[in-house]
Amino acid sequence: MRRALILYSSNPIYSQLSTTRAPPGYVVFPKRDGGWIPPSSSYQPPVFRMRNYKCTLPPPLGSASDSVANRPKMASQDEQDPRISKISSAIRVIPNFPKPGIMFQDITTLLLDTKAFRDTIDLFVERYRGKDISVVAGIEARGFIFGPPIALAIGAKFVPMRKPNKLPGEVISEEYSLEYGTDKMEMHVGAVQAGERALIIDDLIATGGTLCAAIRLLERVGVQVVECACVIELPELKGRERLGDKPLFVLVSSD
Amino acid sequence: MSAYRDKDPRIHGIQSRIRVVPNFPKSAGIMFQDITTLLLDPKAFKDTVDLFVERYRGKNISVVAGIEARGFIFGPAIALEIGAKFVPLRKPKKLPGKVISEEYELEYGRDCLEMHLGAVEPGDRALVVDDLIATGGTLCAAMKLLERVGADVVECACVIELPDLKGREQLNGKPLYVLVESH
Repeated sequence: MRRALILYSSNPIYSQLSTTRAPPGYVVFPKRDGGWIPPSSSYQPPVFRMRNYKCTLPPPLGSASDSVANRPKMASQDEQDPRISKISSAIRVIPNFPKPGIMFQDITTLLLDTKAFRDTIDLFVERYRGKDISVVAGIEARGFIFGPPIALAIGAKFVPMRKPNKLPGEVISEEYSLEYGTDKMEMHVGAVQAGERALIIDDLIATGGTLCAAIRLLERVGVQVVECACVIELPELKGRERLGDKPLFVLVSSD
Repeated sequence: MSAYRDKDPRIHGIQSRIRVVPNFPKSAGIMFQDITTLLLDPKAFKDTVDLFVERYRGKNISVVAGIEARGFIFGPAIALEIGAKFVPLRKPKKLPGKVISEEYELEYGRDCLEMHLGAVEPGDRALVVDDLIATGGTLCAAMKLLERVGADVVECACVIELPDLKGREQLNGKPLYVLVESH
């Protein structure tokens, strides 16, 4: 069950989202209710932002200590990549979406910040380039935004994992649990081959149910899932544990 | 626009990677143009993105708007390369926060496309990207959303065009650039 997470501190920090090609002095401010303050307004409200974010920085892929990579680490100031803080502050939190009590992590504002979006992709590409990964699987629909640029940069194919009845031709399906009821995820038959090394990409991991379904789909056809990669983790929902022995790499953790 | 792309040697590889699936989504003689097979060929996928990037780089494009969901596969990669922001145009109720909506006609009934308020500003120069243009209804709705907030839609860009459905004529004079035509 999702919990309401209070994200603002008693000293609100103004978060500035800059659009790279905008005229000087032009900024866009997110409002608490999820709207936007137009730039002509002088009102600068406090914004929800990610706090206590940490880059988990597990050891590089393929090292001997991979088995401890699942344990999240508190990164010291020195360890955190300087690009992370801009990425984190570019993510907008929308209260009560899609239901009351849920604080929705909105990555669309990250996509408006060309440098932060570029940095997000670069951080994944730097981790996975040269690791013999032949498949990047992206989960519909926000995984489609991050997965293909990563795949293109590391020379892997991109495989969309979709809701039912979207993929034409022959598919395999995996059912998974939702808070109420179940849903299904599908992948094309023949898109991946046994023995391929795969990443799974989504914008966010919450309970881990969707990622688990994606892992199962790939493993059913003999693919080795090397790692799951998300921009955001909600650690209190314990999705990382649900992935079992599969490592998880995230850029930003939202307590 | 055909003279340039017909000569580009990369087009043949791209076209040959697109799979046609008969009778999808409905068994009514529809031949579905499936781009997922293109995405399985890293070189052909990269060539696809490169062809768009080469066309739009240095043209002062500040926004790439991609139509859910297959526009999300091509749009962000183009946006990243040309230094533009990426704006997802989505089915109803997917975008959190304040949105504007544009209704459009389907063969049977209507659908709706939404965009975040504040994502696009007056004066932004925009591309609209999708995998395919058929009747042009969705692209038209996308253009209207952008124009309603004062953006200048420079061009619509798709991998595939189905020219028999005359989508190009629905774009109110806006240019359309495609890589591949399918009759």
